[in-house]
Amino acid sequence: MSLLDLTIKELQEKLSNKEITVTELTQACFDRIEETDDQVNAFLTLNKEAALEQAKQLDEEGIDADQFLLFGMPIGIKDNIMTKDLKTTCASEFLSNFEDPLYDATVITKLKNANAINIGKLNMDEFAMGSSTENSAYKKTTNPWNKDYVPGGSSGGSAAAVAAGQVPFALGSDTGGSVRQPASYCGVVGMKPTYGRVSRFGLVAFASSLDQVGPLTRTVEDNARILEVISGVDEMDPTSANIDVPNFQEALTGDIKGLKVAVPKEYLQEGVDEEVANKINQAIDTLKELGAEVDEVSLPHSKYAIATYYMLASSEASANLARFDGIRYGKRAENADNLIELYKQSRSKGFGDEVKRRIMLGTFALSSGYYDAYYKKAQQVRRLITEDFEKVFENYDVIVGPTSPTTAFKIGEQIDDPLTMYANDILTIPVNLAGVPAISIPCGFHSDNDMPIGLQIIGKHFDEGNVYRVAHAYEQQTMHYKQKPAIGGVN
Amino acid sequence: MNFETVIGLEVHVELKTKSKIFSPSPNAFGDEPNSNVNPIDLGYPGVLPVLNKEAVNFAMRAAMALNCDIATDTKFDRKNYFYPDNPKAYQISQFDQPIGENGWIEIEVDGKKKKIGITRLHMEEDAGKLTHGDDGYSYVDYNRQGTPLIEIVSEPDIRTPDEAYAYLEKLRNIIQFTGVSDVKMQEGSLRCDANLSLRPVGQEEFGMKTELKNLNSFNFVRQGLEFEQKRQEKVLRMGGEILQETRRYDEKTKETVLMRIKEGSDDYRYFPEPDLVPLYISDEWKEQVRQSIPELPEARKKRYVEELGLDQYDAEVLTSTKEMSDFFEETVKHGADAKQATNWLMGDISAHMNKQQLELSDLKVTPESLAKMTKLIDEGTLSSKLAKKVITELMKQGGDPEKIVKEKGLVQISDENQLREIITEILNENEQSIVDYKNGKDRALGFLVGQVMKKTKGQANPPMVNKILKEEIDKR
Amino acid sequence: MSKKISTEDVKHVANLARLAITDEEAEKYSEQLSSIINFSEQLSEVDTSNVKPMTHVLDMKNVFREDEPKDWITKEEALKNAPDKADGQFRVPSILE
Repeated sequence: MSLLDLTIKELQEKLSNKEITVTELTQACFDRIEETDDQVNAFLTLNKEAALEQAKQLDEEGIDADQFLLFGMPIGIKDNIMTKDLKTTCASEFLSNFEDPLYDATVITKLKNANAINIGKLNMDEFAMGSSTENSAYKKTTNPWNKDYVPGGSSGGSAAAVAAGQVPFALGSDTGGSVRQPASYCGVVGMKPTYGRVSRFGLVAFASSLDQVGPLTRTVEDNARILEVISGVDEMDPTSANIDVPNFQEALTGDIKGLKVAVPKEYLQEGVDEEVANKINQAIDTLKELGAEVDEVSLPHSKYAIATYYMLASSEASANLARFDGIRYGKRAENADNLIELYKQSRSKGFGDEVKRRIMLGTFALSSGYYDAYYKKAQQVRRLITEDFEKVFENYDVIVGPTSPTTAFKIGEQIDDPLTMYANDILTIPVNLAGVPAISIPCGFHSDNDMPIGLQIIGKHFDEGNVYRVAHAYEQQTMHYKQKPAIGGVN
Repeated sequence: MNFETVIGLEVHVELKTKSKIFSPSPNAFGDEPNSNVNPIDLGYPGVLPVLNKEAVNFAMRAAMALNCDIATDTKFDRKNYFYPDNPKAYQISQFDQPIGENGWIEIEVDGKKKKIGITRLHMEEDAGKLTHGDDGYSYVDYNRQGTPLIEIVSEPDIRTPDEAYAYLEKLRNIIQFTGVSDVKMQEGSLRCDANLSLRPVGQEEFGMKTELKNLNSFNFVRQGLEFEQKRQEKVLRMGGEILQETRRYDEKTKETVLMRIKEGSDDYRYFPEPDLVPLYISDEWKEQVRQSIPELPEARKKRYVEELGLDQYDAEVLTSTKEMSDFFEETVKHGADAKQATNWLMGDISAHMNKQQLELSDLKVTPESLAKMTKLIDEGTLSSKLAKKVITELMKQGGDPEKIVKEKGLVQISDENQLREIITEILNENEQSIVDYKNGKDRALGFLVGQVMKKTKGQANPPMVNKILKEEIDKR
Repeated sequence: MSKKISTEDVKHVANLARLAITDEEAEKYSEQLSSIINFSEQLSEVDTSNVKPMTHVLDMKNVFREDEPKDWITKEEALKNAPDKADGQFRVPSILE
């Protein structure tokens, strides 16, 4: 068994007992990455020198592992999170020369303060736009369970790295399912916290009203601990909520007796693969066995979520990505002899197809004469979708369903069809629109392709505690996380 | 056919908060390029704006001073356009819920008072500064990026370039008194764009308007509008058509020059700024800001007339700038007679400032020293005539007026015996003048006074000289 | 399927977004954007007559910074990632035509 298969608790115990050093643990990550990343292609930039230096310092200082929640813990970072002195590209050609982003994202500062070790930057769909990580300008990350399959996206590098045991933990970002869907496809745990729970300062904005940073881990307990570290109000992010961060670990009792669970009928309807639906129903049975009370409910506006999302997210993105103009940073097109050409050439060469498509869509939706019909209309439907959730949460503690209608698809299978690609997100998008927290945890494998299936658990605003409670109880009952992909010959 | 002119003005005012509106960079003018910037100002990926509360307070203060209704619910929006001085390619501004609406100010032109409406006052961030090299490049300095701005849009109530000038003067005056801005056009803390259209007298519908840019002083605004008014009238009289143009005012030729023809309206794709939460301005907050507004020029003017006994004109001139008005108040506070203080400020001091192109703060004279000088005059120690020498000295070098008077030998001779002695001497030397005076030639008396002054190097107390001269002539 | 967004529309939008596109790309975007817009037409089924548009999912108001200036980066750092700079400023092709 590899060191990297252990939980934070187990690793920190070994550090405390001096069975291992932080340097050994950090080195183990880089060894594993070297061994497997030619197949997985999860990492864009390694932080090897600085990470080992930091590890050495931690070993020398010998800080008590108990005092810092993530003392010596190696973590991978999605490449749309700003890291001072460490190249940040958002998997875009435009930022291929962005060697020093000048500042750390708040989540990075918090990880540093907790003495976690940043192993490197992980691949993703360019600017987090995509569901397969195929939209990276640099490499195609593969699914550790089968290299012919996509890892999901946009945090595909984060999910694949954790699934492949390259790093025990990673940060991703979730705008419409970008943490949960790859977690589901790669058989790991991925959390999208309540909007406002985690500071967005330093997360390169895709859709400002939807984006959240979230952890990807192998176990629920580890996930809860990382979220606790990165959460909290931030003076640099006016949309971060001034709400106390609870000790999420305390929710992990295994006891869900009497907890009220809602299953939206829309989440198991047409479009959802039959076997996926069966696995979810089995999971629901497990929850019942554990004492939860389960009812079917309705989220009637669910079917409008994709259209709503693509209007809003693309509109916000069209403005958020306008700053990439080749003047203050990033790659400027050569030989542009006037200003307009400088803008157009730099942006057209720097951005990939999907990014351009969304910028075009968003620009259109906001343009004069269309705003009311598309953008404003979508904002109104967003409220109705949110109210659907509020109504259900008046009587229920959590909502459960599949994370994705299907398991991972093959590389190249959907890349040319935007609408089919967008449909992957139908079950994760409503959660972002409503701003509620949701987790994806493994709940078995599909018999057709042996690929993982994810169970999604959705909670009330700022009630990540109950989401973790249910996820943890289910995980401990089923122990799906003990199953690991056979990659690199170690596992 | 006669035409009526309709003018609209858009005024941008920089607020002098300590830090920028959405970032903690210092808000300062004149520093080295790109020295007051941070990743937020540079529009780095991942940064977020955080609203400076003082900027809202300042904007509200200005809006209240301009008689605006203050919004209870307001928010920010993104205005999207690409330009090198606009680092995010959107400007954070206010679109449909400005902080202030429905304001007005009163102007006076040729003795006629008129209310000019203010459509809206909204908050936004200033852009960086572009300069154009002669090397085929433009250069960007982002120091100014993020300076808090208010944009004040007038109703189409202004009818003449003179009214436009008066409106700008009044607007600057009021905002200066609120203390939220330096309102200095030469430093760009006040900027103005104007638009002008003509319509046949009696027609309700507005004519096509042109916009004027590069108006770097209130005089240029007036001159630009005057030129544009004539240009449009000429075009219309010749049966031509006014196009929706943006025109630049050329200070040298005093003409407006076509910059570009607008096709339709700009598509700024405004939408609510998702990175900033909305504002709720409670009645308590509004009241708090209202209390913080210093006495405005109108109120001061009224007080000067009613309590200090100044005439309307003097009160008007004194309150035309905050600096002058504050100086005046301090001088009176230090014991000067209000009328005397007024005369010195509006007389010698203003003349000196105009001649030397200086501001009050550039002069060495203080309210305290001016007050002291007026007291010396009141006591009879200093003649008004010699005081002119003292004030010049005070303006240039500063110091204690009493000391100056002594050192320069400017003390007035008010000793009756001493004066009588001198006058007797003068009369003895000018017998003919006495004869002339007695024959009804009043000028002769003036000549004799002059001789006394000459002899005393101007130090003789003039009323006393007059009195004794008459007495001594009568004796002869 | 009817094309909601013509190649002319596409070119107009691309210009607003400062993207250079070829005729071929305009054709492709016209098809793809039209199909997305057609798909989004389903939103018109929803009665939103009394629904307030939602910009923020949390009901937060009045989040401020105090007016305190803070140093952060140096002038050199400000210019560090600039593709073209001179004399302490960012350099671009002349904005005068």
